[in-house]
Amino acid sequence: MARELRSESHSDVCLPSHAPCADNRVGTGSALKSGRKNGVIVPEQPGKSAIEVRGVRKVFGTGDAQVAALDTVSVSIRENEFFTLLGPSGCGKTTLLRLIAGFDFPSAGEILLHGQDIAPLPPFKRPVNTVFQNYALFPHMTVAENIGFGLEMLGKPKAEVKGRVAEMLKLVKMEALSNRRTSQISGGQQQRVALARALAPQPKVLLLDEPLSALDFKLRKEMQIELKRLQHETGITFIFVTHDQEEALTMSDRIAVMSSGKILQVGTPWDIYDKPAERFVADFIGETNFLTAAITGMGNGKARATLKSGATIDATVAEGFQPKDNATVVVRPEHAKLTSGKGDLSGTVENIVYFGTDTHIHVRLDSSEAFTVRQQNTRSAGCGFERGDKVGILIGNDAAQVLRD
Amino acid sequence: MESAEEVAKDAARREIRDRWLLSAPALIIIFLAATGPLLIVVIYSFLTPGPYGDVVWKFSTDGWLSVLMQRDIFDDTLTFADAHLSIFWRSAKLSFLTTIFTLLFGFPTAYFIATRPARQRNIWLFLITIPFWTNLLIRTFAIQEVIRNEGIVNTVLIKLGIISQPIQMMFTDFALMVGMTYVYLPLMVLPLYASMEKIDFRLVEAGYDLYANRFQVLRRVIIPLVKPGIVAGSILVFIPALGAYVTPRVLGGSKNMMLGNLIELQFGQGRNWPLGSALSLSLMAIVMVALLLYVRSVGRQGGAHG
Ligand SMILES: Nc1ncnc2c1ncn2[C@@H]1O[C@H](COP(=O)(O)OP(=O)(O)O)[C@@H](O)[C@H]1O
Ligand SMILES: [Mg+2]
Repeated sequence: MARELRSESHSDVCLPSHAPCADNRVGTGSALKSGRKNGVIVPEQPGKSAIEVRGVRKVFGTGDAQVAALDTVSVSIRENEFFTLLGPSGCGKTTLLRLIAGFDFPSAGEILLHGQDIAPLPPFKRPVNTVFQNYALFPHMTVAENIGFGLEMLGKPKAEVKGRVAEMLKLVKMEALSNRRTSQISGGQQQRVALARALAPQPKVLLLDEPLSALDFKLRKEMQIELKRLQHETGITFIFVTHDQEEALTMSDRIAVMSSGKILQVGTPWDIYDKPAERFVADFIGETNFLTAAITGMGNGKARATLKSGATIDATVAEGFQPKDNATVVVRPEHAKLTSGKGDLSGTVENIVYFGTDTHIHVRLDSSEAFTVRQQNTRSAGCGFERGDKVGILIGNDAAQVLRD
Repeated sequence: MESAEEVAKDAARREIRDRWLLSAPALIIIFLAATGPLLIVVIYSFLTPGPYGDVVWKFSTDGWLSVLMQRDIFDDTLTFADAHLSIFWRSAKLSFLTTIFTLLFGFPTAYFIATRPARQRNIWLFLITIPFWTNLLIRTFAIQEVIRNEGIVNTVLIKLGIISQPIQMMFTDFALMVGMTYVYLPLMVLPLYASMEKIDFRLVEAGYDLYANRFQVLRRVIIPLVKPGIVAGSILVFIPALGAYVTPRVLGGSKNMMLGNLIELQFGQGRNWPLGSALSLSLMAIVMVALLLYVRSVGRQGGAHG
């Protein structure tokens, strides 16, 4: 059923040249060949891009009050991908989604959907659906009416709408509440209805604007898994917006990290976490130790960095980046090790914080910089250190990285 | 020594007394301003007309009978007369049309204002309320100035050579509708605006997102959401329109009478205060029944929408 629908849907919405895009999808599953890379499933072949954002600028206001919400953003989002826009509040994530959905127009640049410029299409002709930040469910309709609205507007026959609504209700496990008002269901249930409503017309791309931010912790975890499942089952390209780095890391095929209207880095969660391109990314994603260093030598993709303490370590350098004399070296807390003997760095234990799975040991280096080491907990023993201990820090091979600031 | 129970009882008694005291001004005003005069009207409708207006304190049902009947001056027989009924009907029709026209013009106006940036909205609202600053009579005469045979419209059309003879607009239903729509438009715009302002415009975007075109978004999303404003505006326009007096008098002329004019006639030249009172009460009854039916029918449609 879903398969038949897919090839017909949007017949009046999709431009003729979009039609072939429906053909290379197989069934409902994300049957696109995928490979496993560092524990993350990524499409093996880059595939065609579902959405291509080219040099898009968006300026709000005029004169002195002008704000560039998006400052020349370019990114290509692949078919069947779970793509995440990650960045702090106000960095332009919603603005980018609104441009793709068609609620706003770019000040410059263009957005392509399956290779076609969508600038001339009003939002109601774009085969793109949105899950709004606060759901924006129609308060004057029931759950089922909300879900069926898109199909009804596409002019689908009543029977088809009914069947598809039933299918969607089942998909989001809301069959029992189909006749409820949207004001009579919980936040988590509203979330599911918003999802079902956006998925029902089988869009080519689904935009999700911080869909989980209003939910409490446990429900959020549940919905994260649910969303991944839905994306997998429907094979629809998801563009997911969040300011929660953990959510981004656990859910995405690829992540674009944004800051002040710019995309700083695009990559797999692994890329973003382990090979941050710049300081902002390293700082925003996970915890990181920053050390000031002088670069004293280069070679083989590595830089020899002399730290304040006088110790030298070899740090990886991002591709195509020429560090200047002074640079920042980053080390993830879990990539360093504490020793009671001599290490690459030395300092005094300032604080020990127990997290259940691991322990964070805050060390004040002799150079007076702060450094955190994360140590996996074992069943029986404590962390082996106490406040005030003189300790050494070992930085493993490959653990350190030089960043542009 | 008082027991705790008695203290509590005392406090309760005092609270009840205070409550009555506090609401006394409101109750007095309600009685003096609303119930009292109404009572006088009810009593007058059952009295006998005096020779030069006023009433004679003698019970009579003639006032009520004359609403729909006519007493033959020679043999005193009562026959059905539709003169008053047709004025009732005419008033209802014109008021209904006024409601429709103010809705047609008021809706886009309110929508326009509600979609302006927050700071500009107050300016637009202010402009909407400006007509209230001028006396209704003067505004109505201003319309007369626009549409009369030697008025602006006819003069311009003749000067442009589009017509050779002035178009007779004064003292027609057209003039009446122009005047009534103009006069009551703000009463429609303001409640409409009040409920449009509350619309979450993301719902409109959600509508567009789900393939609804502009017309469908209007019909399926915006109108259901502003229904309370439509109901309130319609009531605010329909009721005073039904009793309109100045506008039909100035623009409609003596032939095109509405209920307000008919009632005025009984208290003036007609010198039949009981009939005037009975007509007033009939008008009130119509308004109440119409209101009840309207609210119930809207409530039924909207009831499912919570
Ligand atoms: N309609 C608007 N008018 C003026 N400024 C806007 C508008 N929408 C967004 N902005 C500005 O653009 C920037 C990015 O906003 P937004 O895209 O909503 O950020 P995010 O979704 O990442 O939190 C912010 O500085 C915001 O103030
Ligand atoms: Mg946002």
